[in-house]
Amino acid sequence: MTNTSTSPRRRQRPPAVLVILAVGGIAVFAVPLIGLLARTPWSDLPTLLTSDVVVDALRISFIASIAATAISAVLGVPLAWMLARVEFPGRSIVRGLVVLPLVLPPVVGGAALLFALGRRGVIGEPLHQMTGLVLPFSIWGVVIAATFVAMPFLVITVEGALRNLDPRFEGAAATLGAGRWTVLRRVTLPMIGPSLAAGLALTWARALGEFGATITFAGNLQGRTQTLPLAVFVALETDRGAAVALSLIMVVISLTVLIVLRERWWRAL
Amino acid sequence: MKRVRRLTIALVAVSLLAAACGSGRTHGEVLVSTAASLADAFDALEVAFEAADPEVDVVLNLDGSSALREQILAGAPVDVFASADTANMDQIIAAGNTADEVFVFAGNRLEIAVPAGNPARVTGLADFARSELLIGLCAVGVPCGDYGRQALEKAGVVPSVDTDEPNVRALLTKIEAGELDAGIVYVTDVLALNGRVDGIVIPDEQNVVAEYQIAAIADAPNPAGAAAFVEFVLSDEGRSILEEYGFVVP
Repeated sequence: MTNTSTSPRRRQRPPAVLVILAVGGIAVFAVPLIGLLARTPWSDLPTLLTSDVVVDALRISFIASIAATAISAVLGVPLAWMLARVEFPGRSIVRGLVVLPLVLPPVVGGAALLFALGRRGVIGEPLHQMTGLVLPFSIWGVVIAATFVAMPFLVITVEGALRNLDPRFEGAAATLGAGRWTVLRRVTLPMIGPSLAAGLALTWARALGEFGATITFAGNLQGRTQTLPLAVFVALETDRGAAVALSLIMVVISLTVLIVLRERWWRAL
Repeated sequence: MKRVRRLTIALVAVSLLAAACGSGRTHGEVLVSTAASLADAFDALEVAFEAADPEVDVVLNLDGSSALREQILAGAPVDVFASADTANMDQIIAAGNTADEVFVFAGNRLEIAVPAGNPARVTGLADFARSELLIGLCAVGVPCGDYGRQALEKAGVVPSVDTDEPNVRALLTKIEAGELDAGIVYVTDVLALNGRVDGIVIPDEQNVVAEYQIAAIADAPNPAGAAAFVEFVLSDEGRSILEEYGFVVP
């Protein structure tokens, strides 16, 4: 894709071994997609895409992933700011805690959420007794599970951007009489804008794809907690056509996000 | 530890492979795709079978029968399929994936499972219509889900379901944790959990008999091992193990 006409190495042929291995690398990503496309019942697709299961799953997925992204922004940006700008004891522990959902199997995260926020959970039980609120098996459970797995993407991206930001800009604004809120609003946030956007998009995409924590914590019920990935999982055993149609939707959404993001994401890193 | 020991056994088995091949005995790995509700009984069958023939290593692949069926239809290198119903096995038969005969080897009944102490005071299937309770079933297509819906239909109950779980063990986990008030599982599951969930009997006229089927798979990587394991499950020893875990044997 990149224009290499100015590169001094433009006429050099890459070593054959590298090319073969790289093609193998491409195959790892391309083969599953080919499999999906080969199994797609193209003629039934319009009917499948408008079926109740698909429409319900789309609705739940969009509501939950957007809510999770909003919560991540409200809680995650201040957390990223704290991690980047404030020296406080246990900062490295907090940073580890933030990264944990990235490496933890989502099922484990879901089980942990159930033990904490379930009806018999450490926090869930008093919450249930006081308010009657039950988080599992509700859309709230889906949102919480998605937030848990997706928020790290926002925190990490924004924290990185804040670290790379030259503090002299903020210093200059302060010298010119801007208060701390004004500096944050008028200087800091606009300057990390691209990273913030990239972080939000990644967070949203991860929330949309969430499966393990959701089925473990929020259960699986069409129209209430069944997201796109859960619907794919169930449909694989009952209606393969619907499963493939749902999978295609996920692929198209993911690709769109990545294409829109490409520029910003690289710049942000 | 067990894994390490198994590895050692496997290595010894490999080193003795030449000798074993000549003797005509079964050896090597036998991959048995096993319905989730059979987990404990098949663990015991595995131990007994391997004790009788130490050169064999039975590996259990546990999941809902419908998930196992899909794996086999997609060409997974499975030796034996033990299904919790006839519908999933029928699809394997229709696809020409069974090696030989298909055997009914066990029967099971349904029971209502509730968290220990029955906090929601569930007394029967009629309670599944109470919308204030958190009710779980297995998903449609999973045997326990299809059987459960049949039982509810017989009882004339339209359930207020809160979650469709992918297999019976996932459902039991949430009932045991007290997050669900009730679910329909197998008699053998309540027995296996040994007090960690309480069982409520479903009367015969509402109940359903689950029929378990077993077959060696046509393209089994280990056909001799597959045949031997199926034979063992159907033997007197196999039947008594299944009975011990609460299954009805033919």
